[in-house]
Amino acid sequence: MIDSMFDEALRILTFRSGFNSAVVVAGTAALGLAGGTVGTFLLLRRRALVSDALSHATLPGIAVAFLVGAALGLPERSLPLLLAGAVASGVVGLLTVQALTRFTRLTEDSAIGAVLSVFFGLGVVLLSVIQNLELGGQAGLKTFILGQTAAMAQGEAIAIGLLAAGAALAVALLFKELRVLAFDPGFAAVQGWPVGALDLVLMGLATLVTVIGLQTVGLILVVALLIIPPAAARFWTDRLPALTVAAAVIGALSGWLGATLSALLPKLPAGAVIVLVAGGFFLLSFLFAPARGLVAAALRQGRLRLTFAERRALTDLLDGRPVEGSVALWLRLRGYIRDGALTPAGQTAAQAAARDRRLWERFLADYPALLPAHANWGVDPIDSVLPGDMVRLLEERSAPS
Amino acid sequence: MQYLWRTPGSRTAPEEASPIGPPPLEIRGLTVAYHRRPVLWNVDYAAPPGGLIAVVGPNGAGKSTLIKACLGLVPSVSGTVEVFGRPIARQRRLIGYVPQRESVDWDFPVSALDVVAMGRYGKIGWFRPVTRAHKEAALHALERVGMADFAKRQIGQLSGGQQQRVFLARALAQEAQLYFMDEPFAGVDAATERAVLQVLRDLDAAGRTVICVHHDLQTVSDYFDHALLLNTRVVAQGPVARVMTPDLLSRTYGGRPMPAPAAAAEEAEAS
Amino acid sequence: MMPDVQEFLQIDAPALLAAVLACAACALVGNFLVLRRQGMMGDAVSHAILPGIVGGFLVAGTRETLPMMLGALAAAALAGLLIEAVRRLGRLESGAAMGVVFTVMFAAGVVMIEQASAGGVDLDADCVLYGQLETILWLAPKGWASLADPAVWAALPREVLTLAAVFALCVALVGLFYKELKITTFDPALASTLGIPAGLFHYGVVLLVAATAIAAFEAVGSILVIAMLIAPPAAARLLTDRLAAQILLSVALGVLAALAGYGAAAFGPMLLGASHSLNAAGMIAVASGLILALAVLFGPRHGLLGRRRAVGRLRDTSGFIAPEAQKP
Repeated sequence: MIDSMFDEALRILTFRSGFNSAVVVAGTAALGLAGGTVGTFLLLRRRALVSDALSHATLPGIAVAFLVGAALGLPERSLPLLLAGAVASGVVGLLTVQALTRFTRLTEDSAIGAVLSVFFGLGVVLLSVIQNLELGGQAGLKTFILGQTAAMAQGEAIAIGLLAAGAALAVALLFKELRVLAFDPGFAAVQGWPVGALDLVLMGLATLVTVIGLQTVGLILVVALLIIPPAAARFWTDRLPALTVAAAVIGALSGWLGATLSALLPKLPAGAVIVLVAGGFFLLSFLFAPARGLVAAALRQGRLRLTFAERRALTDLLDGRPVEGSVALWLRLRGYIRDGALTPAGQTAAQAAARDRRLWERFLADYPALLPAHANWGVDPIDSVLPGDMVRLLEERSAPS
Repeated sequence: MQYLWRTPGSRTAPEEASPIGPPPLEIRGLTVAYHRRPVLWNVDYAAPPGGLIAVVGPNGAGKSTLIKACLGLVPSVSGTVEVFGRPIARQRRLIGYVPQRESVDWDFPVSALDVVAMGRYGKIGWFRPVTRAHKEAALHALERVGMADFAKRQIGQLSGGQQQRVFLARALAQEAQLYFMDEPFAGVDAATERAVLQVLRDLDAAGRTVICVHHDLQTVSDYFDHALLLNTRVVAQGPVARVMTPDLLSRTYGGRPMPAPAAAAEEAEAS
Repeated sequence: MMPDVQEFLQIDAPALLAAVLACAACALVGNFLVLRRQGMMGDAVSHAILPGIVGGFLVAGTRETLPMMLGALAAAALAGLLIEAVRRLGRLESGAAMGVVFTVMFAAGVVMIEQASAGGVDLDADCVLYGQLETILWLAPKGWASLADPAVWAALPREVLTLAAVFALCVALVGLFYKELKITTFDPALASTLGIPAGLFHYGVVLLVAATAIAAFEAVGSILVIAMLIAPPAAARLLTDRLAAQILLSVALGVLAALAGYGAAAFGPMLLGASHSLNAAGMIAVASGLILALAVLFGPRHGLLGRRRAVGRLRDTSGFIAPEAQKP
């Protein structure tokens, strides 16, 4: 049983489990990829939660589009019409957020929260209208709220995949412009970049990802596709190209694994599983990424504190001041002191610490302008940071005359 | 009930400053680093009791960080800070703080009097309301900075200089022994500059110690008794006459030769 | 066409009471979210409680309210801590930190619901979103005269009593810690130097929001909770420059939204001749949005139209534009 499930998983993951599920999995992966790339710039532009207002604001548009379709006498629910409605009201919501932050004293978080809840409330009211009218085909409307991959028809999955790939491609083409926008919009404007238009393009791409993600993950969770992959990628690198690629990879992996798991196991709604997989990637990155991860940062900080405490204690001992507490214990453990006095090894270490401190002080006093060029100055031993001739020069100057 | 947060053992009243007691502020081996890059490096300093002390140094020298680290608002890598001989957490009632003006939301729905009254909260303590006596003390503090007429104004409707004076009045209302001020003279009008200076002199006359981040080299010698020249480490410290020398200043400001005060004044006018 | 008195008292009165209390409580604590620029914390918390509700339900094995509420409160506390951890330790902006935490927790809740439904359990993410205002019934009163009987009041529905208790709790806490809330919101650095634990007040506000959201979501749903946490305080923020006035005004506007929204949902379609009522929670959210829109347009000093008049007046008299009128 386990074996057969494993085989099945392998087949879905490698797109060999029937054309339909392969298309759905590939479409979802493309959606994750697009979310990661577009989301990277939303994150850097500090607009992550704007997409939450956007996705919630699609609900009234979907409901109105459904009512329009019914009034026009369309027999089934028409997906393009519903998504057009979603885009329209999503954009209205977005513009309302921007108007509220620009023209009133309200801050962005309040504007987002107000738009999100009021638009969604309106959508809920409209849904209750639809329910009362007892129209056909309305059962599918609620899938937009929590999403449902199983409902995805083959053609829809292909369309989603193509649109998502298009969004990712647009980011790749506009990479340079978006970088300027995300890093320093003021500078970009002075340089003559059309900042307003670029912002519009970025929010347009976010709208696209949101709307094509509605069916798969639902409007509550689609924001996760835009936020979590770039947030996770942020822990791995400080360089924008690498960040974008990492976010795209994490997004695509989340979509791919999530859709597969959901197809494989019963009672696992795809949207939620995709978000949980992305959340798993985030947790791993948050804790263990070497660049900005929690463990690495804590270790670095701890080592830094310990280094400074140790050096200070050693120089204190050298000057004949007693050292107590946990630092003394640490020095004993390292074999630097015995019975409150420096051991030979301790003498050597203390003299090295005193020399480092003296030379760094000299360097600081004589060449403060050179500081920015040397990371970790004053922290690491001076010989490992500065070139030898500079150290010798400093030694000459700091020699007691 | 006073705000004795994280200090369950400190039931005794904080010590009053005395001329022979421990210094108002003593910093030993203070290092603050963002990531692994030091912002302050092995800072040792003992402030003389009573007096106006300017913290002087170039941009990015760690002046504001020094004040924030002293107040425990940013974590330090190593070192200790003591106020009148005890850790700062036990001496909060003795400390007044004037942050940079940009640090708060001036759109906040409070009046100038409300803000000044916040300086009294440490004396009021949990659960008790702001009484008439405290409001009068706050109003008195506003009077001392010439802002009594604006007591009922919402703070966003004040000019930058007036906002600075409100912050100063709040510090006065704290009735502290040791004041930390972050650039109280930055970007203020002439009237406010006079008001700030008068407050500093009053505090000095009352025997308080004021440690003030100051950016205007021209006025350091006129306004302050002592100076602490800071550029990531302490370059020099002592009475202004001894430390505000071209040599020490050029060493503080990155080895560049410092213009003489007169030349600098011309330069400022030309720009 | 007027509904008869007994029907009003049994169906509409308890729902109205629940809505009014929920709106008043949310608006009250929402002031501090809006002023702390933490408006989205309400959104984050009210989504993040879902796994706690399901967990409490699964552990207790019943639909009793208490275990679900305890689970929700635990989940909210966890969410608050996680958001702070991600924001500080991960150095992400708070919006992104909230977005990560609340979506993952909500997704976990959705999966838990689906898994639980395998065991024939009936719990629905819908009721968390929209609430069940329409199902709150108060069967005791038979007419206006019966309201004089204390027994009738004792039979108030549990949701209404819970909301009343939470509203009282909010009033008490905001009253007791008014000046500490004020200073930690305005200038947390100064608060810390005075020995007031600003960080603890941050979590306190988050927990109070969570408690309010949890008490309210059952009756009115999480979407209305978010609307009420933000829209009335935001509207009041545009109408006054004094904190106490803002708080009182926001509560009044919340109550107004509840009354107007419920009235429109319950009686509006009837006036138009339709037989069904509309979703009341959604309608109240819409009403609060309309109130906010009116405040944005017509607020005396900060409203768009009001401000234009003020600028015009200043230009007329002095040719000088006041600094606050220039604020974009």
